[in-house]
Amino acid sequence: MSKNELTRRSMLKAGVAGLATPTVFAGAAYSFTNDPQGGAVTLGFNVPQTGPYADEGADELRAYQLAVEHLNGGGDGGMINTFSSKTLDGNGILGQKVEFVTGDTQTKGDAARASAKSMIEKDGAIMITGGSSSSTAIAVQGLCQEAGIIFMAGLTHSNDTTGKDRKANGFRHFFNGYMSGAALAPVLANRYGTDRKAYHLTADYTWGWTQQESIANSTEALGWETINNVMTPLASTDFSSYIAPVLNSGADVLVLNHYGGNMVNSLTNAVQFGLRDREANGKNFEIVVPLYSRLMARGAGENVKGILGSTNWHWSLPDDGSKAFVRSFGTQYGFPPSQAAHTCYVQTLLYADAVNRAGSFNPCAVVEALEGFEFDGLGNGPTLYRADDHQCFKDVLVVQGKENPTSEFDILEVVEVTPRAQVEYPADHPMFGGAEASLGSCNPGA
Amino acid sequence: MDALLLQILNGLDKGSAYALIALGLTLIFGTLGVVNFAHGALFMIGAFCAVFIQGLLNLSYETIDETQKDFLGNPLKVKTPYLENWFGPETGGAIIDWSVPLAILFAIPVMIAVGVIMERGLIKHFYKRPHADQILVTFGLAIVLQEVIKYFYGANPIPTPAPSSLTGAFDFGVLLGFDPNAIIYPYWRMIYFVFAIAIIGSVFAFLQFTTFGMVVRAGMADRETVSMLGINIDKRFTMMFGIAAAVAGLAGVMYTPINPPNYHMGMDFLVLSFVVVVVGGMGSLPGAVLAGFLLGILESFASTTWATTTIPGINQVIIYVVAIIVLLTRPRGLMGRKGVMEE
Repeated sequence: MSKNELTRRSMLKAGVAGLATPTVFAGAAYSFTNDPQGGAVTLGFNVPQTGPYADEGADELRAYQLAVEHLNGGGDGGMINTFSSKTLDGNGILGQKVEFVTGDTQTKGDAARASAKSMIEKDGAIMITGGSSSSTAIAVQGLCQEAGIIFMAGLTHSNDTTGKDRKANGFRHFFNGYMSGAALAPVLANRYGTDRKAYHLTADYTWGWTQQESIANSTEALGWETINNVMTPLASTDFSSYIAPVLNSGADVLVLNHYGGNMVNSLTNAVQFGLRDREANGKNFEIVVPLYSRLMARGAGENVKGILGSTNWHWSLPDDGSKAFVRSFGTQYGFPPSQAAHTCYVQTLLYADAVNRAGSFNPCAVVEALEGFEFDGLGNGPTLYRADDHQCFKDVLVVQGKENPTSEFDILEVVEVTPRAQVEYPADHPMFGGAEASLGSCNPGA
Repeated sequence: MDALLLQILNGLDKGSAYALIALGLTLIFGTLGVVNFAHGALFMIGAFCAVFIQGLLNLSYETIDETQKDFLGNPLKVKTPYLENWFGPETGGAIIDWSVPLAILFAIPVMIAVGVIMERGLIKHFYKRPHADQILVTFGLAIVLQEVIKYFYGANPIPTPAPSSLTGAFDFGVLLGFDPNAIIYPYWRMIYFVFAIAIIGSVFAFLQFTTFGMVVRAGMADRETVSMLGINIDKRFTMMFGIAAAVAGLAGVMYTPINPPNYHMGMDFLVLSFVVVVVGGMGSLPGAVLAGFLLGILESFASTTWATTTIPGINQVIIYVVAIIVLLTRPRGLMGRKGVMEE
């Protein structure tokens, strides 16, 4: 009896070992998730195709399609011609033709994760990129880390993306809240003086919190006083109840830490209430919008005129890279690209170039190639992908709503290009998770 | 005291929008017994009537200005509205400037037509179906209408400003003896409130003092008896659906300068408007109006710094808390009638 039992156990053990062995070997053969097979590589573009940021998502998608065209040798090559790294030759990535699939984030974390998961598991995407919101970017970045996929963030401005929520597999080209504050504060102090009292309205989610903290710290360092910070629900559409008390609050500046539809409505409401026509503390009342999106600022119409803010990139920049991108994009689509389109296009080229330089699609090799990578010719001057937090460091633009626009695209004008050195910070800065923040280890998946 | 007055004023314009939408919802429910989840979409379509008229009045011809360059470095194409060419920059510009008030004239027939088509084409097939079916079909219709508007106008908000002479704000504080800037209120929001009162008054007067209105009220009270008298009550109820759509549409037209319209704006108001109807009392027109203003003002108070610091998140739940309290203490709502939705 006992002999029989032992035999049966031995058989079971042998069976388990037999089943397990091929799996282990398979893991060795495919040493990373979605190793491209068959002469083509698939990229996953995860952008908002429905919901309030659908127009921004559509512009991101246009940029991605243009990037794919350029990587495969089509069109005029765009910024490949001006990029300081010369590994991209129009033969795809590592000689493999670039194909893509798209997902709809709906600007919701769970939907963004679901679409990214589908693209990784069903479509075999080797890299995920996109997004138009920090909460979705952080959610998808976490998923990509778990799945062993590289995530090249699109438009995400929260400090947390490369701060406390940074991940080894995630990279951000776009600037962040701290950089907005560091670039904007000196211009504000210069324009409006150092004796100012600021009242903040802040979107109640990760981006709003870090944006508010950043701009408050930067302006306070120059002498401003933050007299109130009111959190507004992300779903708010009418801000009159929040704006009405501002005028007799003792403040003489209103800072709108809002983006997209929130920004359009809060700025419109603030101008409606005549804030810009009033005086407080013997000074003209001023409004500041720390993060501008040219695409969405259109919604606020004439209300943006003269309002200061910051942006990652603008189509009017005179450098060769920006001109090449605007020419490619404008010729193809008939209008200039947004900052969201720019960062998405650049991220795609940076990923492709990193794979070529690494000689492998293995995410850990790509991470190594991107960490500490210095480049130029992609529209923001000399840029560094810092190894410590995977954040790009480059010049930041301070802009203001243009008083006399010549076309529907001519909404913002660049008032200062803030040099990179002025917006740099240590990787263990308290606003970025401090010393505890860590990238963790690169995950190749499989 | 000044903060109190300020929040009451703020609540009035928000309450005006709630009251107008809830009034239309109640008209439809009271006449046809339909729970119309597409009513928010009618508010949105009204707003886009203003966007359409603004676009129409701004139709332009292009001239090439060799002295200026576009974003590709080509000579700039300068757009000049035809109206400015035909009537001169001043008169043409003034007509364009008044596009929102002018859109009212366009929106009334369009919204009545949309309402009648919606009722005859779809909703009449669901009269005898359960309320759940009505909710599903009208909610689906709302999403379709949203996507149609998004297809033509995109997802971004579209600036639709008030006439320049009606922008700016009035300092009520000085008028009432408070400090300057204590109570500031925009002119257009005042106009919106007055407009809402005028529309609500017109609807009530129409129902109260016309033969058509009398028949409709009789039909709302006892549809079968009115039908037995040889009156085609269905036809009149269809017209009421059109009028309800026009009320929602006009609320949307006039709302565009307050917040730039986007395809989703109807949904932002829909759920709150249903709460308003329930709090006011299902089928009660005065209840809908009363609850609209009441909840608008309460929401405004709940958004003050004092309220949000005392009870965090109160601004997001106040309307629902009030709805629960009202329904617990007065299950038929503030002015609800016995027998409505109780079978």
